[in-house]
Amino acid sequence: MTCRRANVTLSSLSFRAMATLNSNLPEAPKISLFSVFGDVLKRQILALQNYSFLVGDSLAKIFTPPHYTEDVLNQMDVIGVGSLPIILLTGFFIGGVMVINTAAQFQKFGETSLTGDVVAIALVRELGPTITALLVAGRNASGIASELGSMVVTEQIDAMRALGTDPVRKLVVPRLVATILVLPLLTAVADLVGLIGGFLVSHFTLHLSASEFWHRSVSALVFGDLVQGIAKPLVFAVIIATVGCYQGLRARGGTEGVGRATTTAVVVSSVAILVSDFFLGKLLIYWFLQ
Amino acid sequence: MATPLTIEPVPAEPLIWFEDVRIGFDEGEVLRGISFAVQPRETKVIIGESGSGKTVLLKLAAGLLRPDSGRVVVMGHDLTEMREVDLLDFRRSIGFVFQEGALFDSISVSENVAFRLSQEGISPEESEARVREVLRFVELEEAYEKSPPELSGGMRRRVSIARAIISRPPIVYYDSPTGGLDPVTSQTIITLILRLRDYVGATSLLATHRLQDAFGLANFEFDFTSDRVIPIWEDPARAQHSATTFLVLRDGKIYFEGEPTELLKSEDSYLRQFLF
Repeated sequence: MTCRRANVTLSSLSFRAMATLNSNLPEAPKISLFSVFGDVLKRQILALQNYSFLVGDSLAKIFTPPHYTEDVLNQMDVIGVGSLPIILLTGFFIGGVMVINTAAQFQKFGETSLTGDVVAIALVRELGPTITALLVAGRNASGIASELGSMVVTEQIDAMRALGTDPVRKLVVPRLVATILVLPLLTAVADLVGLIGGFLVSHFTLHLSASEFWHRSVSALVFGDLVQGIAKPLVFAVIIATVGCYQGLRARGGTEGVGRATTTAVVVSSVAILVSDFFLGKLLIYWFLQ
Repeated sequence: MATPLTIEPVPAEPLIWFEDVRIGFDEGEVLRGISFAVQPRETKVIIGESGSGKTVLLKLAAGLLRPDSGRVVVMGHDLTEMREVDLLDFRRSIGFVFQEGALFDSISVSENVAFRLSQEGISPEESEARVREVLRFVELEEAYEKSPPELSGGMRRRVSIARAIISRPPIVYYDSPTGGLDPVTSQTIITLILRLRDYVGATSLLATHRLQDAFGLANFEFDFTSDRVIPIWEDPARAQHSATTFLVLRDGKIYFEGEPTELLKSEDSYLRQFLF
């Protein structure tokens, strides 16, 4: 009985002590699922707002001086010429693999001559712009983000501002302009090389003649296809350059932050390319092909 | 240097003026109601532990950060009211030496130093002459063609100083210019800052956690006749009115502001920690 009383007393004391201790502590903020979700949502909206400001600011600064032409040419070399080998290689094999996959179906109906139509339409409308953009995003959005991120964490961006130079003009605009200029060209190269790949595979597997394949390919394309093939890379270029720059410029926390920015730049730009491709495709088909 | 550097005439009122400045980040408030003034040709040494807000204070003074409240007035410009495009123009009249140099790694030393001149459209001939002049001043003319990754930590700081003073600014900010350097190289950097102060007469804000740097600036001057650093008490005119003052930051507030001698005489236990 004594023991039980003692225990009770001890428990009561502990409880009172804890109560006293708790009353002295500042009240802990109430964390609910709703508030956590709200914070995440606010951060995402803020990020979207800042990204939109950067896009608007950099697009507006394309048309006002000072212009950094040398930087634009340098970036065109890095992004355009640097990406050319992977574009050539992948473009060729995509054209080839399309023929391999469609040939069997066309052979069933004895319509192998349609192979040129399918390769041309699929490449120019869809695969050329999308695959090229994804490859350039993987190579250059990551490169841009890591370069700018490194500049942020080593205070080079602050140094640039302290020297009276606008980092958006000096760093973002040249990358944006260069990507806008080179991505349609890279896409055109990918389309052409894809068609060459398609022709070679169809020539050796389906025994299609050159005139048969190229005549069908060219005649299958209409004006709307070409508009799609050029309009999409322009939008994708803005996505690649601005997402890369935005993620780089918001990098925080040393080398780890730069790595995070690089990964996020590739993921976000790739997803944005695929999502925008759907809506652009829908819109452009509605405008030009219906 | 071949010809003396000249500075713009400065008004007699404070050149830099902080009024109840507060700023905070995600981690909390960093500066809590900071007010002080820096007179023309004065060197104010900001002393504080790591994370005490020294760099933030310098960035506020350069308009690289905006305070949450309060005013920052530099050379008569209220930086808190200015647009970024105007701040870019304003910053061309100040020099900023960053903690690790913050040199642009993708371009050469000469292009780094000439960066501001190239943005201002200065001719290549004039630019080269001025770059060589400032590189000679920081005793690094041989690094003209080198790239920043080839330089040691001390050399990077000296190039950073050269880059900051290329446009002969009346105000120079130094963010821990000797941080992470060995004592000998640190002394070289402090001697360089002394030469710059006594040759150009620039107004300076210098952030450091090393009190020996602060007292080095307070107790010595550069004698151009003998081309060496001498104690200020050997120059009676200078000893009468030291242009170097100290400001100690603690917990986001000004803990001490005054002359070096006042700091030396202080019995405050926190300040004594810096002294011993």
